[in-house]
Amino acid sequence: MIKTQNLTKKYQWLTAVDDLSFSVEPGEVLGFLGPNGAGKTTTMRMIAGFITPTAGSASICGHDVVGEPLAAKAALGYLPEGAPTYGEMTVRQFLDFIANLRSLDGTHRKARLDYVIGRLELEGVLEQTIDTLSKGFRRRVGLAQAIVHDPKVLILDEPTDGLDPVQKHEVRTLIGEIAKEKTIVISTHILEEVDAVCTRAIIIARGKLVADDTPEKLRQRAPSGRLDDVFRTLAA
Amino acid sequence: MKPVGIILRREFASYFATPLAYVFIVIFLVLAGLCTFYFGALYERGQADLLPLFSYLPWLYLFLVPAVSMRLWAEERRSGSIELLFTQPITIWQAVLGKFLAAWAFLGIALVLTFSIWITVNYLGGPDNGAILAGYLGAWVMAGAFLAVGSCMSAMTNNTVIAFVLAFVVCTLFTLAGFTVVTEWSRELFAGIAKWSLWGEGMRSAVESFGAALTDGIATLSFYTHFSNIMRGVLDLRDFLYFGLVITFFLLASTVLLDARKSR
Repeated sequence: MIKTQNLTKKYQWLTAVDDLSFSVEPGEVLGFLGPNGAGKTTTMRMIAGFITPTAGSASICGHDVVGEPLAAKAALGYLPEGAPTYGEMTVRQFLDFIANLRSLDGTHRKARLDYVIGRLELEGVLEQTIDTLSKGFRRRVGLAQAIVHDPKVLILDEPTDGLDPVQKHEVRTLIGEIAKEKTIVISTHILEEVDAVCTRAIIIARGKLVADDTPEKLRQRAPSGRLDDVFRTLAA
Repeated sequence: MKPVGIILRREFASYFATPLAYVFIVIFLVLAGLCTFYFGALYERGQADLLPLFSYLPWLYLFLVPAVSMRLWAEERRSGSIELLFTQPITIWQAVLGKFLAAWAFLGIALVLTFSIWITVNYLGGPDNGAILAGYLGAWVMAGAFLAVGSCMSAMTNNTVIAFVLAFVVCTLFTLAGFTVVTEWSRELFAGIAKWSLWGEGMRSAVESFGAALTDGIATLSFYTHFSNIMRGVLDLRDFLYFGLVITFFLLASTVLLDARKSR
């Protein structure tokens, strides 16, 4: 599970994330919504331990991300914004590297690697360097990296960005498949995605939490019953 | 410490996955050969040793090592892969150390590839091979010091060009510090200050001794002073200890800088 308490990130000129408190339980798929620049990525980076909060705290499976960073990171699978990887490595080398850092070994390691390679359909590009891959494949390599160690908690920053409709559907199916025992947070600004995979949605605007509800309840907030309208009203 | 080895192997392989490693090695070997045979006049000197090579190495390292170190962190930031790396269950120190060791091993390989010069010297005469081995070891340790400085400069910025320039400037200061031009200049500066009439007698000698101590201090900080001892076959543990301390200091500084940037 994920828990944040009064999580705040201030930069010199602006408060990117302002006093954000929420928690996500196993089995939940939380959609993290907000206009560009609302603080989605900053929040995810703080939970993932890449940047340090100015105030407040975040924990993963009870491990504080600042106090016990290694335990928190070990329990987490994280897809950073833009799915960065090492371009000069082949897909196989890259996944091996991550499996090493995640201390996977023996038959479990082989089973996990086979699973992610098969599930994300990477067999055909295993020996290609990541630089030569299309955007969709790179995103899938990033996803493979995030789930290879079968983490309890998964944070995906725009997992379907740059994918074609078929691939988007595939990724959503994958998330639905593994969602049962896991705690998942995905950020997106594609609202149809919220309906497709999320059990709950949080909307933030200018770093502040403005709504936290199930997609159905959120929809009822607008007379039209459309999520777009709710989003536009809340984010304005 | 297992992650250090994992990062070391990945980084090391990445040098050879791009033309970078080969271009670097070729340029290094051509320049090393040029320095030894042309500027260092290996044949004309009529002495069987590798001093012509070793005495030019600090100057080669001055711009070649920053070329290797500039990408260590700046490139990682530019491509965003630093976010991937720092959200794995590893510490910053392990990443700093792994990357440093990979680059250091790479520089070691480039250095070993100058062995043809060593063969030439052995063919032409009977050099003191123990002294040569010590010289090589000293050169590698000095390369490590240049590299640690470069790692620290690369951790400061996400621009590889700035990382290169900063590393070049700091390494130049560290190298030049031991030269007589610098030490003489510093000595004269303090002698000049001491001559000012406004000092009392006691103050004057205090300024003079402070100047002398500072000048010695600057000279001791020089890469060149320590390396020139080693390359002449004078093996003093203190010279190696010095480079060890410089490496440790700048790697720790890299770690602190990278950590500080997380909370900016």
